[in-house]
Amino acid sequence: MRVLAAMSGGVDSAVAAALAVEAGHEVVGVHMALTRNPQLFRAGSRGCCSLEDASDARRVADRLGIPFYVWDLSETFQDTVVEDFLAEYAAGRTPNPCLRCNEHVKFRTLLDKAQALGFDAIATGHYAQALPGPDGPELHRSPNHAKDQSYVLAVMGRDELSRVLFPLGGFASKDEVRAAAAQRDLAVSAKPDSYDICFIPDGDTRGFLRDRLGARPGPILDPEGRQVGEHEGAYAYTVGQRKGLALGRPAVDGRPRYVLSTNMRDNSVVVGAEELLTVNHLQGRRASWLTDPAPIFGADGPPSGIAVQVRAHGREMSAELTLEDQGETLVSRLTSGTLRGVAAGQSMVIYQGTRVLGQATIARAWRQ
Amino acid sequence: MSHYLDHAASTAPTPAALAAYVEEAGHAGNASSLHAAGRRARRVLEESRETVAACLDARPSEVIFTSSGTEANNLALKGIFWGRRSQDAARRRLLVSAVEHHSLLDPAFWLAGHAGAEVALAEVDQNGRLELAALAAEFGEASSTALASVMWANNEVGTLQPIAEVARLCQRFGVPLHRAAASAVGQLPVSFAASGADALTVSGHKFGAPLGVGALLTRRDLPIESLTQGGSQERGLRAGTVNVPAIRAFAVALAEATSTQAERAAHLTSLRDRLIAGVRRAVPDAVLRGPEPATGRLPGSALFTFPGCEGDSLLYLLDSAGVQASTGSACQAGIPQPSHVLLAMGVDEESARGALRFSLGSTSTEADVDALLAALPSVAERARNAGLTSAR
Ligand SMILES: Cc1ncc(COP(=O)(O)O)c(C=O)c1O
Repeated sequence: MRVLAAMSGGVDSAVAAALAVEAGHEVVGVHMALTRNPQLFRAGSRGCCSLEDASDARRVADRLGIPFYVWDLSETFQDTVVEDFLAEYAAGRTPNPCLRCNEHVKFRTLLDKAQALGFDAIATGHYAQALPGPDGPELHRSPNHAKDQSYVLAVMGRDELSRVLFPLGGFASKDEVRAAAAQRDLAVSAKPDSYDICFIPDGDTRGFLRDRLGARPGPILDPEGRQVGEHEGAYAYTVGQRKGLALGRPAVDGRPRYVLSTNMRDNSVVVGAEELLTVNHLQGRRASWLTDPAPIFGADGPPSGIAVQVRAHGREMSAELTLEDQGETLVSRLTSGTLRGVAAGQSMVIYQGTRVLGQATIARAWRQ
Repeated sequence: MSHYLDHAASTAPTPAALAAYVEEAGHAGNASSLHAAGRRARRVLEESRETVAACLDARPSEVIFTSSGTEANNLALKGIFWGRRSQDAARRRLLVSAVEHHSLLDPAFWLAGHAGAEVALAEVDQNGRLELAALAAEFGEASSTALASVMWANNEVGTLQPIAEVARLCQRFGVPLHRAAASAVGQLPVSFAASGADALTVSGHKFGAPLGVGALLTRRDLPIESLTQGGSQERGLRAGTVNVPAIRAFAVALAEATSTQAERAAHLTSLRDRLIAGVRRAVPDAVLRGPEPATGRLPGSALFTFPGCEGDSLLYLLDSAGVQASTGSACQAGIPQPSHVLLAMGVDEESARGALRFSLGSTSTEADVDALLAALPSVAERARNAGLTSAR
């Protein structure tokens, strides 16, 4: 096959590219430039978008003896990831930019462009497995649970899944991947992992938002509606957040307070005790499915043995699914246990065993 | 089979230049040393300088060797700016054409940011040629102008600039004129004495010298300061032990390039015209940028924009078909930026992103051009489909 290896400059995508070459594919390496002004993004060696990363990726491609190019996807990235990030925060939700990047940039624009240019598939360094099933490819968790990235991949479509390779799917640990890189003499084998949001180089998300959305002072309220503090913009708060509230007075009971909700209409932030964050129902919208047909439309009713996960590295929770509003809304009722601090805008990913069935964007969460 | 159509980026050293380089690199000897080995190196250096001067119709004392065209441009811009300003502090304006190479524009803007210079960009028409009326108007502020810089021929689109008219304006108003001739030497006759220029940039690897050597020709009466301190080499304008092997090879290649310039220009012109006609047949909506053939353009290059295509897609597809071309514009981390030259010519940004430059050299053949023409129809179609997907 002709395979385009997406090479971020990190160790994972480097090993993925190497394995694609060793599997006998005709491989071309591509680094996605996500800004036209690389200095704007981080200059260290931890990110996904700096000049260093592009040249690290290039050196790996040299070592593998494959052609290498930098493709400018900055416009798509700006429109679908950065703008979405700002708009979601402005609307009081908490987006996951890595997931949007997978949805719109890697597994849409890059994949479509690759296909148009004659590639059969793209290979990425994600920890997840695309396994053949009776009805076509299935997305499964990586056996390396700590690193598993199926959560951020669940947004891709079925058709896209049939055109991707995850060569790291079978790796059980990051150490194994680093060892594989060292064994192949890839200079990135000891490069540190990246954690933060790549377009916020200093990690100061609140500052990034304030610079772009402006300061909008408003009240911080307790659950009874009494003002207990002030904030510089409700958009910068996330449900479940405890740090950075700067409340002058301690709570009556002396216990820590958490953000329970943010309300964009009156620009208020409501805080309260930890137990008020507990939820056991999640409502998701804009569901997309990696099964065909969508499982809950099947003749047998909702699928069984379901678990949901609401954060990239969160726990999965057993759940029962129902559809409401003619299928527009997906509701998960947690059947054993509760979750705390679930923010609107995050993705709720539906698992059956290790398999990803689909996902929806969380609109609301409550206890009942 | 690989077909190299990017000679404007760099062309391989000629066998004679390479042999001269290798032979010279085997000798010990610092051209500033006073013993026999030093004298030998010094003699090679000065003979090379005389050759270069003869080839470019200059005097030997006017030749300052540098490491590259970029260094020569920096020396010209900053050196003359500082030299002229130390004579008269009011001279802080730099008048440069909007389509200069980045190695000229960037030092100009650096001077604006760090040394109080003021940059005036002279506009060009849709073919990339200087607007003479607009240029003449810029001389209204001649007394505060430190220097003017206008390239001989544009490296991206190949447009020749109105040399004589620019030189006349500069002479009339007493403004020193610098010209970057990196793309011109070897393709066009270049006479420093007749050009009316006070300084002229030459880059070796564009005409068959090895990488790592260039020259700035400067008139002796031009006020110019050195950018480097640490030695009195090169009239005190370029401190550091002189790279004699590269300079010897530079002289050999330049002598070849200038003595065969007419035949080479004829060869390049006929290949270029075959290429232009062929590209227009293969991709009828491709747009040739710059003037039509036979009307003031370099013999050896042609830049097209391909509607709906992205330059990086075209480049990748041609590369995988064994044809090596360039987007013709500056790169940052390998990202093609829309060319400032095309934008200055009034090309819109989207069209500018679909640019591809083909440039020929003395070793180019009809087979190279035909390989491009054979690959191009399907390449352009594919690139267009890919362009549509990324616009969706
Ligand atoms: C017009 C022009 N000026 C300057 C340069 C830079 O020369 P060099 O590559 O020797 O630094 C080039 C080529 O890159 C050029 O085309």
